[in-house]
Amino acid sequence: MTGSGQGVRESRTPSGAAHAARGGAAGGARRDESGLPRTRNPGGAGLRLGSIVVFLVLWQVLAASLHSATLPAPAVVFQRLLTETSSLTLPWHLSITLARVGISFLLAMVIGTVIGIAMGHWRPLDMFLDTWLVLGLNIPALVTIILCYVWFGLNDWAAIVAVAINKIPTVVVTVREGARAVDPRLMQVAAAYRLTRRRTFARVYLPQLYPYLMAAARAGLSLIWKIVLVVELLGRSNGIGFQLNVFFQFFDIAGILAYTLVFATVVLLIEAIALRPLERRLTAWRG
Amino acid sequence: MLEIDIARKTYPDRGGRSHVALQGLRLAARPGEFLCLVGPSGCGKSTLLNLVIGLDRDMEGRVTLDGRVPGKGVGVMFQEPRLMPWLSVLDNVLLVADDPPQARPRAIDLLRAMELGDVLHTYPGRLSGGMQRRVALARAFVIEPPLLLMDEPFVSLDAPTADRLRSMLVDLWQRRRSTVVFVTHDLREALALADRVCFLSAAPGRVVLEMPVELPRPRAPNDVAVLELQARLLAQHPDLLAGLVTTEPPNDA
Repeated sequence: MTGSGQGVRESRTPSGAAHAARGGAAGGARRDESGLPRTRNPGGAGLRLGSIVVFLVLWQVLAASLHSATLPAPAVVFQRLLTETSSLTLPWHLSITLARVGISFLLAMVIGTVIGIAMGHWRPLDMFLDTWLVLGLNIPALVTIILCYVWFGLNDWAAIVAVAINKIPTVVVTVREGARAVDPRLMQVAAAYRLTRRRTFARVYLPQLYPYLMAAARAGLSLIWKIVLVVELLGRSNGIGFQLNVFFQFFDIAGILAYTLVFATVVLLIEAIALRPLERRLTAWRG
Repeated sequence: MLEIDIARKTYPDRGGRSHVALQGLRLAARPGEFLCLVGPSGCGKSTLLNLVIGLDRDMEGRVTLDGRVPGKGVGVMFQEPRLMPWLSVLDNVLLVADDPPQARPRAIDLLRAMELGDVLHTYPGRLSGGMQRRVALARAFVIEPPLLLMDEPFVSLDAPTADRLRSMLVDLWQRRRSTVVFVTHDLREALALADRVCFLSAAPGRVVLEMPVELPRPRAPNDVAVLELQARLLAQHPDLLAGLVTTEPPNDA
């Protein structure tokens, strides 16, 4: 797989030249299946680990010097985490919150993508919905949550709809940009060869949207899990947000920190294990 | 048999007025014929190809291939390779095949014949301009098209690369005998490739001269016979052919 080798004999396109330049700079770097050099940062893992250790040390020093119930030491928080986990209370609330995050996320992505594509390609619809979009982007999440609970009752669907409504406008804006950036010359290739609609969509159109969809997904996940906690705090009787509210009532800071740590870690893991590898795979051709 | 009979093709210009791109254009290509269309910039060559491909259907007239409107199975090469950057070389070629698993051996054979066997799984962005055109050529031939439409496919390439691609094109065409309609504004290129050359007038484009090229193959744009034929044509039709002669010096490739 050495496209660069043959390419030297002929004139290169600007992008090809750029890739070659990067490949040259990488020297003996290993290449993946596509022939692209893999960038490695051998000190990266050590730095990340060091950063966590420094954070824990600072936390410990601060807790010891304050000696206050408002900032328990890391050991106290981890002890609380173990207790909550072994009693299955934390896993149960965590699973409920993750289910709400997942459903809201999928709902927002699907609806936002469909509307974004339609607005990107159909100017009258874009003009018609643009005001709604600006409104949606600027309404505070809290307002939507309160209104959904008032209109639909204190139930799970109201919670999920409230979260999705908060996220949909940002997905629409991102996907609309992607739809506008679709290369008509590539679509002409599909038309000239009379590709089926399905193949045109899957192999020619959708890949052009992948970078935008991934951007919307990653930004969406980080926004949605924060809104879900507020939704649970305001109107649900289970989930991490509900538990945080209970801990707040009892001034249980160790509980708040233990649940927050676990939930944030889980969301970071989803990002690292699912979203980032998916993005790398879908946009590997960009190099 | 490809038959083109366009009474009139117009499109609105920037001022909103109707611009006549083609008028009274009649043309036919026999099965297996290599037909070159030559004309000055803006004479409607690309417009004509878009009408034949079916990317544009707004015209007064008709285009038929064996009595029917050209549809699936027509090979196309544009001025740029227009490869999907997210698909590998092989997948780009298979993209246009009706049954990709069945077409896979054929696609690999084609790519190997074009000296692209080492980069089957490479993304197009890693390839040179010449290699990308070869992939586009393989994509056009993988469907074994009865008609292949080419819109200045080797423009902006350096002379040796363009010569190599022309040679590959003629080799494939001679083996598969597709009807080829090749648009160019380079008279030497047309004379090196064509069985017959049709000259289009400035806009509104129409065929003003047809000429069979009876030089033996293989030919190259810098062959003495091609240069002599070009010189003769220039002497006979100086006004018609003004601007169609490339100014780059002949190379010895």
